[in-house]
Amino acid sequence: MSDWTLFEVFVRSKHGLNHKHVGSVHAADAAMALENARELYTRRSEGVSIWVVPSKQITASSPDEKEPLFDPADDKVYRHATFYDLPKEVGHM
Amino acid sequence: MYAQLVDTGVKRVKGLDEMSPEERNFQEKIDAEIKIEPKNWMPDAYRRTLIRQMSQHAHSEIVGMLPEKNWLTRAPNFKRKLQLLAKIQDEAGHGLYLYSAMETLGADRDEEVAKLHSGEVKYSSIFNYPTQNWADMGTVGWLVDGAAIVNQVVLQRTSYGPYSRAMIRICKEESFHQRQGYQILLHMMRNGTEEQKAMVQDSINRLWWPALMMFGPHDSDSPNSAQSMQWKIKRMSNDDLRQRFIDQTIPQLELLGCTVPDPDLKWNEERGHYDFGEIDWSEFYAVLKGNGPCNRDRLRTRRNAIENGAWVREAARKHAEKHNKANAA
Repeated sequence: MSDWTLFEVFVRSKHGLNHKHVGSVHAADAAMALENARELYTRRSEGVSIWVVPSKQITASSPDEKEPLFDPADDKVYRHATFYDLPKEVGHM
Repeated sequence: MYAQLVDTGVKRVKGLDEMSPEERNFQEKIDAEIKIEPKNWMPDAYRRTLIRQMSQHAHSEIVGMLPEKNWLTRAPNFKRKLQLLAKIQDEAGHGLYLYSAMETLGADRDEEVAKLHSGEVKYSSIFNYPTQNWADMGTVGWLVDGAAIVNQVVLQRTSYGPYSRAMIRICKEESFHQRQGYQILLHMMRNGTEEQKAMVQDSINRLWWPALMMFGPHDSDSPNSAQSMQWKIKRMSNDDLRQRFIDQTIPQLELLGCTVPDPDLKWNEERGHYDFGEIDWSEFYAVLKGNGPCNRDRLRTRRNAIENGAWVREAARKHAEKHNKANAA
């Protein structure tokens, strides 16, 4: 089975939601990967749409880059709606 | 317990002050319940032990299909046959979730399956017992899947991210297995003939002790537990898990109107738990060594499945090649 391609599987759970990574399957080609993913990850109506992507086509950030990539966002509280105090009279905004 | 006696290869558990900076950083993450992900640094022994544990777990799911397959063509009606088919397909799925999670550690699936076939890596002792009557399909679902759930619910909090996520998926599906098993037995006990009721009791008599053995040896005979607990790839001791299983199972047994073959079983008011008799450990170790009633048969069936399916895999590869060429042209 090692000579088959490893595919990552993404499933959209309901119309309107994003596809979400659920796991991986081995397959000889993409069509077979779709069939296998259907059997493996949507036996109980978990999805309405499936994507399969060869694992080696995915470029991922490395855990070592976690700080330079994500820390800068931590001190930017003004990017959140809750940062802005408004008087009660304004009501829900 | 789907993975019994997993060797960590570690003689003594280290304290934080004896660890290298990398190791300490890793252990502190685990202590803080932060999941370890595939690309994070991890000690070699952690990686090796996890591969061993997850492959055993996956193999158990796959071999676990065989005792149930035995009754697929003999199910009493079409409804039961469909239910059993769905359960068996789930077991295949669980094996595949676990193999995929194991591969994120750099393990090769073919190599791990080869180790199963050579007898180097085990699967749960329970699947080396035969399924002799239809009630066994009920008992396997109720007791065997029930014991698996007790263990797997705890493993949802395991420290390795992909393993934990596989466990969460699996637990969602297992409760169907246990309920369908229990319902088979309840139906036989409430609507069955005397013969059918006797069949249920016979099935429980045969599978009760092997089900308790699924949790592995006593804590005092479980030398690898301390390290696995520190790594949080084991989260509760064998004896605690076994006690939890017994405590929750006995009321269900009484509702069935059946008994277990243990004269020492009784409620202990003081402890707030059931007391129970001693497991025959010589049987447990004999089965683990390969001398249970079905060990050879199970492995032969697995090997045949892989060998006789080789041409299908080869054909699929050729088909894919042909279509890739056609698409490229």
